[in-house]
Amino acid sequence: MHELSLCEDIIDQLTALTRRHGAKGVARVSVRIGALAGVEPMLLEQAFQSARIDTVAERAEFHTEWVKTRVSCLACGMDAETAPNDLRCPACGSHDTKLTRGEELTLASVELLVPEPEVDPVSLDCIPAPRGH
Amino acid sequence: MVAIEQNILAKNDGYAEQNRALLRERRIFALNLVSSPGSGKTTLLVRTIEALRSRCPVTVIEGDQQTANDAERIRATGVPALQINTGKGCHLDAHMVGAALREMKLPQQGFLFIENVGNLVCPAAFDLGEAHKVAILSVTEGEDKPLKYPDMFLAADVMLLNKCDLLPYVRFDVELAVANALRVNPTLAVFQVSAETGQGFDDWLAWLDSGLAALALTAASG
Ligand SMILES: Nc1nc2c(ncn2[C@@H]2O[C@H](COP(=O)(O)OP(=O)(O)O)[C@@H](O)[C@H]2O)c(=O)[nH]1
Ligand SMILES: [Mg+2]
Ligand SMILES: [Zn+2]
Repeated sequence: MHELSLCEDIIDQLTALTRRHGAKGVARVSVRIGALAGVEPMLLEQAFQSARIDTVAERAEFHTEWVKTRVSCLACGMDAETAPNDLRCPACGSHDTKLTRGEELTLASVELLVPEPEVDPVSLDCIPAPRGH
Repeated sequence: MVAIEQNILAKNDGYAEQNRALLRERRIFALNLVSSPGSGKTTLLVRTIEALRSRCPVTVIEGDQQTANDAERIRATGVPALQINTGKGCHLDAHMVGAALREMKLPQQGFLFIENVGNLVCPAAFDLGEAHKVAILSVTEGEDKPLKYPDMFLAADVMLLNKCDLLPYVRFDVELAVANALRVNPTLAVFQVSAETGQGFDDWLAWLDSGLAALALTAASG
């Protein structure tokens, strides 16, 4: 269950982003999980539900995007999707492949809650009357 | 909406790089031992240390949820060992290891073994600053473990197939186990060993020595 400690890292990054953009909080967060990143999306989502309490992500919608494994074959040049537990080239069977997708674990995108523009009654009075053309 | 593509493990990976830099400067060849509980990590370590300690300093960090039993088993061989108890935590992270490295008296050149918490899942995701992860699979666990836990066997550079002394008594197809592991990680180095009898240790020890020698070379040239 390292998912909880990953969620603490996610919340730390969301807190920093919120502060940097002067936002009120997070509306939506999307996490990209590679099939070989060692993370179970369901467990991550459950952990997030408890980790977000009393944080900037208190009201955030949580999304995960699953990334399948892909290899590029150094023998025949094929670039193809594979099963996470079989990285041999699906075309020629070679073991000489390089994993190109499937290890990522990233915060892909975040939607921030932007503060409502403050309506200041005094400054309202100062708005110049529209000039006629 | 902000598209960011930020690595979630960035903080851990930052600490891991600090650890790696410290270890490189000290010319310490660091290995992170990962496996299910009971595969024989501590027994393997004890035998490995007994073979290495007369030639070269060895230091050990032990990770377990509870007890200092494993650190005591290591200290009985005469080398320093620091125990980290992770409580409910299921893995070591680079920050814990960094704190342990600062607390220990590190030698100039030698081996550091980090025995991770027994768990074939979580430790895969955490870089500790090691040179290599070493996965231990014992012959009582079944040939299909690499297929069931590919993340770990991919993260590792070496697999020790342990308890080979038990092969006459258990149904375990070594060739199939190795083929499964290579399906998951085509560049995995595999050694068949027994921590009980010392079978296969010559190759494993030679691999360790060449890793240390390579590190000394790069440190000398860089
Ligand atoms: N027969 C046999 N038993 C082993 C071997 N290696 C470890 N064991 C036994 O397996 C059990 C668990 O070993 P331990 O080193 O504590 O495993 P760890 O949990 O991975 O650290 C102990 O009873 C060891 O004596 C081996 O190579 N052969
Ligand atoms: Mg142990
Ligand atoms: Zn191919």
